[in-house]
Amino acid sequence: MNISEYRGVMVFAEQRRGEIQKVAFELLGAGRGIADTLQEPLIAVLAGTYLTDAQAASLIAHGADRVILVDDPRLGVYMTEPFTKALTAVITAEKPGIVFFGATTIGRDLAPRVSARLKTGLTADCTALAIDDASRNLLMTRPAFGGNIMATIICPEHRPQMSTVRPGVMRRLEADTARTGETVRFACRIEAADVNVEILEEVVQKEEKKNIEDASVLVAGGRGLGNPENFQSLQNLAEMLGGQVAASRAVVDAGWTSQDKQVGQTGKTVRPDLYLACGISGMIQHVAGMEESGFIVAVNKNKDAPIFAYADIGIVTDVNRLLPALQEELNRARSV
Amino acid sequence: MDFQLSREHQLLATTLKDFAENEVRPLARETDEKEAFPVSTVEKMARFGMMGIPFPKDFGGAGGDNLGYIMAVEALSKVCGTTGVILSAHTSLCAAPIYEFGTDEQKRRLLPDLASGKKIGAFGLTEPNAGTDAAGQQTAAVLSGDKYILTGSKIFITNAGYADVYIVFAMTDRSKGTRGISAFIVEKGMPGFSIGKKEEKMGIRGSSTCELIFENVEVPVSNLLGREGGGFGLAMKTLDGGRIGIGAQALGLAQGAIDETVKYVKERKQFGKTIGSFQNTQFQLADMQARTDAARLLVYRAACLKDAKQPYSTEAAMAKLFASETAMAVTTMAVQLHGGYGYTREYPVERMMRDAKITEIYEGTSEVQKMVISAAVLK
Amino acid sequence: MKIIVCIKQVPDTTEVKINPTTGTLIREGVPSIINPDDKSGLEAALVLKEQQGAHVTVLSMGPPQADLALREALAMGADQAILLSDRAFGGADTWATSSTLAAAIRKLEWDLIICGRQAIDGDTAQVGPQIAEHLQVPHVSYVTELQVGEKAIEVKRKFEDGWQRLRVQFPCLITTLKDMNQARYMSMAGIYEAYKREVKVWGLADIDVDQANIGLKGSPTRVKASYTKGTRSAGKVYEVDPRDGARIIVESLKEKFII
Repeated sequence: MNISEYRGVMVFAEQRRGEIQKVAFELLGAGRGIADTLQEPLIAVLAGTYLTDAQAASLIAHGADRVILVDDPRLGVYMTEPFTKALTAVITAEKPGIVFFGATTIGRDLAPRVSARLKTGLTADCTALAIDDASRNLLMTRPAFGGNIMATIICPEHRPQMSTVRPGVMRRLEADTARTGETVRFACRIEAADVNVEILEEVVQKEEKKNIEDASVLVAGGRGLGNPENFQSLQNLAEMLGGQVAASRAVVDAGWTSQDKQVGQTGKTVRPDLYLACGISGMIQHVAGMEESGFIVAVNKNKDAPIFAYADIGIVTDVNRLLPALQEELNRARSV
Repeated sequence: MDFQLSREHQLLATTLKDFAENEVRPLARETDEKEAFPVSTVEKMARFGMMGIPFPKDFGGAGGDNLGYIMAVEALSKVCGTTGVILSAHTSLCAAPIYEFGTDEQKRRLLPDLASGKKIGAFGLTEPNAGTDAAGQQTAAVLSGDKYILTGSKIFITNAGYADVYIVFAMTDRSKGTRGISAFIVEKGMPGFSIGKKEEKMGIRGSSTCELIFENVEVPVSNLLGREGGGFGLAMKTLDGGRIGIGAQALGLAQGAIDETVKYVKERKQFGKTIGSFQNTQFQLADMQARTDAARLLVYRAACLKDAKQPYSTEAAMAKLFASETAMAVTTMAVQLHGGYGYTREYPVERMMRDAKITEIYEGTSEVQKMVISAAVLK
Repeated sequence: MKIIVCIKQVPDTTEVKINPTTGTLIREGVPSIINPDDKSGLEAALVLKEQQGAHVTVLSMGPPQADLALREALAMGADQAILLSDRAFGGADTWATSSTLAAAIRKLEWDLIICGRQAIDGDTAQVGPQIAEHLQVPHVSYVTELQVGEKAIEVKRKFEDGWQRLRVQFPCLITTLKDMNQARYMSMAGIYEAYKREVKVWGLADIDVDQANIGLKGSPTRVKASYTKGTRSAGKVYEVDPRDGARIIVESLKEKFII
């Protein structure tokens, strides 16, 4: 393999029902930085059916130099083999040095299949990407061991260097409609035989409620919220953060919520990526159930509340006034 | 002498721990507070073969041994004393005597359902006036054709009401004293057999402890267990085995209380330090663990002797005496180390302390164990 | 019907702690378990064994200690257990692991391969689909329900925003999620037999595979560096008004890539 033949950073632009997914734009944001470092082009690949120039334009506006459209009736709905065939063909023809996929249930299905077919390396669920100054290899950093360690992976002798990238981690660029780029259509014949899986039924629905132990974000409420209505308001914040509501024992005993939400020694032990403790004083019995959380933010009126000893960020303020402000700030951060 | 568990027993320990943590622990508090017999847990235990661990596969058992069985009682008792005693009474006091003393026909007829957990077993020896002095039996059985007619009552019977098969002792010849006692297999549904008053207890509150009432119950001759007049010896031998089970229950309670305490003292802070960093706590825990380990060795030894088909009566008595007194002492210390919280129902140690007390009483009080042991010592 | 279930022995990562002074991983005393997604795959296979007499082979690649995971699978009810263990297989990334497993699978008769979606120590979700690619059979990942017909399997495939019901002809591979069922416990009888039964151990000589495709040498990727996230330093506490508090929180969440 002549590594020097491989140039360019390629991004798989995931679409569902014709809608380009957020993660595609995030990958373009990350890919733009990498491409600039390497001084190589950033290429977006959009596979689907009835693909439009407007779609290509939005990918260019978000950073792509070149958009490859693979339009085929058999690429309408995601299926492993037709997409594997399409992506493999594009990569073989384009010879990019790097390919990024979103670490979604589609990207994590497609990328391993493509990498195995191309006999190249694949690094899963990366949260940081960089270029090594000396070797110009891609440095792919990802959590492992249940999030206990971070590992930086390289793929020195095979190309392309492929990785799936955790959604929500990379910054998308602001759309710039003045940006220009090239759009090409790539012909790739998907045969009937490639459709080796039959779709019997397809349902679009949001995921049902999970256990608090499985949530990656927990917004937990305590007696400091004052009343059940304030506790209910945590739900909205939890949804904004893609998480769930949890509670201290005091709140469960007061009947504001059900026992299955209780964190602590006599409740559940949780270790989400983010634990946002709202009006929880942090009795040892509570802390025992959440101290292993990845990042702990505590809000409490009492600056001597024991919870602050466990928090990465502590805010001494009125939690009931902070919560609406926090939702506004989050909305603002999102809209950027 | 080898103190290592075999690979099978290590594997067993893992699965028993998982089972106890996932299936039993979550229900323990409710089982105690509501005095609710854990029916669904027993069904789950049955599904994984836990109700017949020491019996051969031919009889529906797991083809295992007594060591494995008492490890199960220990593991369950670590999180719930009630669940532990249900298994112990079922296995040691009902299935085991049928397996050890039953005829081939009785074994084929009764063991598979017991060992697979389709049926639950119980044991009826104690009467209002015949506790430690078992010879004072009032329940009588009179032979009439091919049936014995049973009349009388039993009290404090574990698993009563939920059990399907009861080993019941009755006088067949009062003139012979203990040599006039016989053992019978009484089955649920036999006309005249009913369950009387349910006891309200201090501990093991989810286990069903009731009175058994026999009003002219016709028990077929084919349900005589062992020979006529052989009941007392059968009861004593059965209780030898049962004591290992209760020793294991006590052991589980002690270890469970230690585990809870360790968790607690690492987290609870006083005077700016975890209470686990105080030497008093450390020394107390050292005592608790050393005594519990000693109890474990005694209990495991008794089980291994039974598995090796060697005499184990004295060793079982020592195991039960030491383990039950250890359980009482250790759970009491555990409550003390928990301070005020330990006295509340929010923490399981007060339940463990209440559960532990019975292990010094049933299947032979500590005093009875001392009689058995001293008799062997002074022989 | 013949099913191969691929299982991995993993450290129970929920029991892993970080040494607060050195910031390193404490591995001692961490129990080894069957990877949860794999265990659910095994459970699904064992249900098929009960329902329709499927023959279940468990296959694992790992060091000799992985024998324990296979004994556990036997005690749960698997019919046959194979351990792929050889120094030559060591240091493999997902590409080399999947090519090794695929080489072993080629020696067996099978209709369906079940892999857990991902292992809790690596979280890659790559080995299952890559095995399927090496064997040139279709796969479906993220399976939460399945029904088996005579020539095909029907599965429910999960997405972030919904699900599909799919039919795939045998031979094929699926990857399963742990939520799909609750894996059974080892049966008591199974435990007492587990060490009386055979766990076949296959080394490099027992499978037909190009040495260039296995182990560290056959792995396109390399770990360049690994580090713990560091110890939790005492956090910062701000006494501020609610508006500033909200801003501080949002900034910190951005820094941590939580939003």
